[in-house]
Amino acid sequence: MTNKFKLRNVNLWYNDFQALHDVSMDIEANAITAFIGPSGCGKSTLIKSLNRMNDLVEGCKITGELLLDGEDIYGDIDINLLRKRVGMVFQKPNPFPMSIYDNIAFGPKTHGIKSKYKLDDIVEKALNDAAIWDEVKDRLKKSALSLSGGQQQRLCIARALSVSPDVLLMDEPTSALDPISTSKIEDLITELKQQYTVVIVTHNMQQAARISDSTAFFLLGEMVEFGDSEQVFSMPKDIRCEDYITGRFG
Amino acid sequence: MKKQLIESVMKYIFMLAATVSILAVALICAFLFINGVPAMHEIGFFNFLLGRVWAPSDTPQVFGIFPMILGSIYITAGAIIVGVPIGVLTAIFMAKFCPPILYRYLKPATQLLAGIPSIVYGFFGLIVIVPMVRETFGITFGGNGQSIFTASILLGIMILPTIIGVSEAAIRAVPESYYEAAVAMGASHERSVFFVVTPAAGSGIMTSIILGVGRAIGETMAVILVAGNQARMPTGLFRGVRTLTANIVMEMGYAAELHREALIATGVVLFVFILIINVLFNLMKKRGQQL
Amino acid sequence: MNLKPISAKAPPLTIKAINTTSYKDRLLGYIKHPLSGLLFLIVTVAALVTFAVLLFIIGYILIRGVPHLNLSLFEFQYNTTNVSMMPAIINTLIMVVLALLISGPLGIFSAIYLVEYAGSANRLVKIVRMTAETLSGIPSIVYGLFGMLFFVVTIGWGYSMLAGALTLSIMILPLVMRTTEEALISVPISYREGSYALGAGKLRTVFRIVLPGAIPGILAGIILATGRVMGETAALLFTAGSVAQVPDSVLGSGRTLAVHMYVLANEGLHVNQASATGVVLLVLVLLINWLSAAVAKKIVK
Repeated sequence: MTNKFKLRNVNLWYNDFQALHDVSMDIEANAITAFIGPSGCGKSTLIKSLNRMNDLVEGCKITGELLLDGEDIYGDIDINLLRKRVGMVFQKPNPFPMSIYDNIAFGPKTHGIKSKYKLDDIVEKALNDAAIWDEVKDRLKKSALSLSGGQQQRLCIARALSVSPDVLLMDEPTSALDPISTSKIEDLITELKQQYTVVIVTHNMQQAARISDSTAFFLLGEMVEFGDSEQVFSMPKDIRCEDYITGRFG
Repeated sequence: MKKQLIESVMKYIFMLAATVSILAVALICAFLFINGVPAMHEIGFFNFLLGRVWAPSDTPQVFGIFPMILGSIYITAGAIIVGVPIGVLTAIFMAKFCPPILYRYLKPATQLLAGIPSIVYGFFGLIVIVPMVRETFGITFGGNGQSIFTASILLGIMILPTIIGVSEAAIRAVPESYYEAAVAMGASHERSVFFVVTPAAGSGIMTSIILGVGRAIGETMAVILVAGNQARMPTGLFRGVRTLTANIVMEMGYAAELHREALIATGVVLFVFILIINVLFNLMKKRGQQL
Repeated sequence: MNLKPISAKAPPLTIKAINTTSYKDRLLGYIKHPLSGLLFLIVTVAALVTFAVLLFIIGYILIRGVPHLNLSLFEFQYNTTNVSMMPAIINTLIMVVLALLISGPLGIFSAIYLVEYAGSANRLVKIVRMTAETLSGIPSIVYGLFGMLFFVVTIGWGYSMLAGALTLSIMILPLVMRTTEEALISVPISYREGSYALGAGKLRTVFRIVLPGAIPGILAGIILATGRVMGETAALLFTAGSVAQVPDSVLGSGRTLAVHMYVLANEGLHVNQASATGVVLLVLVLLINWLSAAVAKKIVK
């Protein structure tokens, strides 16, 4: 087993508010790692610092080491290439207001692919990988906004896959979806770990237990517990983690 | 009892005030059409609109406003060519590139641009742009500097605040999630703004252009001072031309009878142009709401 | 879990301020992504052009005009040897007062009806909004034509301050209406509820509670309208006319500053005096703009 990310003593502030306290962890490659915890515990903040989306937040400061394949994420790195390697899917499906085809082609075009032939290939492969090809292949030129919520989210996954990343970050990807769409996306995520490293933030304990290999539990910006999902959910070591999982708070 | 009476009387007074704008539009339409349409009829509808000669002092008088229609269209098109690229790009700058410290000064500056009276713009055009055009292009292309080209530049500047204001608001209204998604795929700030955010603001930007067209086609005082005002078919980019608006102001002071009515009819044509633009504007707004 | 720092060379407590990219990094980024650099360049150039043009216009008008400002231009008598702008300044003030007296109450009352009395589904409201929008798109020369046909000819006032003021009040009506509407809407509903809960009637609530809260917004709109009246030319030429004296009554003709400037510039005989008039007009408009913004800022506080 190789580690994709190595985090050591990560502290993060939004202006004066410290959102992360001394987080250290290794994230395994080709596995699904889940971040759980109550709202405001820092799990979303941590996932966003893995592809530097926190850069968009005014007054954000970070200390410590964050390495991707041994390379310092906050060091001398091309931030656009970093984000190409570490793709992201958001809480609410956010397809661009363009055609389905253009949604997927945007990424590869951004990274310099111009040939129509190649783009067609990439679009088909990405949509296939996101298990939505059959549903949309006849209407690639239609607006992406005409799709249902669940389809839109799979489209967004396909869009993230189109630039062939190593890692897929998912920030509560099913929280805005109905149960059927959710289960489709969960199946998809389990498929994806063959090729990609997946980090997922979720509010849904059952979801974390069902699909993830390891789970980290956060509370008030601290990583309280981190281990095999099976162990975390069956016999948590920390009492706070146990309380949260069994639903006594959160 | 008395209190209730006052309440309901005031309610009707407020309502009456609200109907004034309806009354105003009705009166404007009625008076323009009643005074203008008979002249169109007398001159002949097509002779009036498509006639290439305007000669009110000839006998018999000839009233063809086609040169002025073309003049208005050319100058408006010129203003759009000059003003839209600069305006939309400035709007993008204001919404997505401007540092907050600068923004505090630049935003009022764009509003100031809208506040300068058109006569001041016209005067500026007359003493700065006209000589500049005459000296730069006069030798090669002829003309005295008062031309389609000059008027286009001046009007291009004058529609900037409209385009910047409306476009900036449209760009700011695009959900942040589009931008985030683009950035998260490794697109640079510039790419995300230009290829995702700005296209998403498309209908708002179109609206700003339509409003700009409305402002350009209706502009009068600035155009009069820089366009030359010759009532003949346009002969070139660097030659003078007369717009519909200029036609009215130039001759209304001394016109009488049919001549005067023909000028009012010119106003009717202008008014119809504006109404068409209004309909376009409303269609655009509806489309913007649907998205 | 107990994990030790990986490398000794990167001490774990160096702060990485992440949303401040150094200019060098940005430049390097643009070299790597030339298209992004180009896009950045064109927006910056466009913004520079816009603001350079604004500065140039204001600067030029001031520099060209200030040397020609002299006391004789502010004498009370206008005659062919001294084209004094004093009568025009007084006329402008009269015009502003008249136009605001008519359109202020009308606009504010309309807005009160739209916001406080009629529901948004009301058909009348829709028509009023539509017509107000139409009014705000009509060019000033069309207002001028209408004013001439209606006030000057049909009613028979001739070229007069009153005809000009009425024409202008229709022109600024949508502006006053819209800003007042926005100001009224921004007054929290809880104020109204509080007033009703004390047993106050609708009228009392509107005048004692809602209007006072909306005053800065209304004022900002009125000031903007003042600016439009001051700068207007086309709508006045054939309604108020261009007599260069202060009229004896509102039924007399008189030119405002903007009309004065147009006549001087158009005749071509008094370009220097026109540029001096331009300075006065521009300074007034700058002041008005600043005042409106200052008042509008009060709303935010």
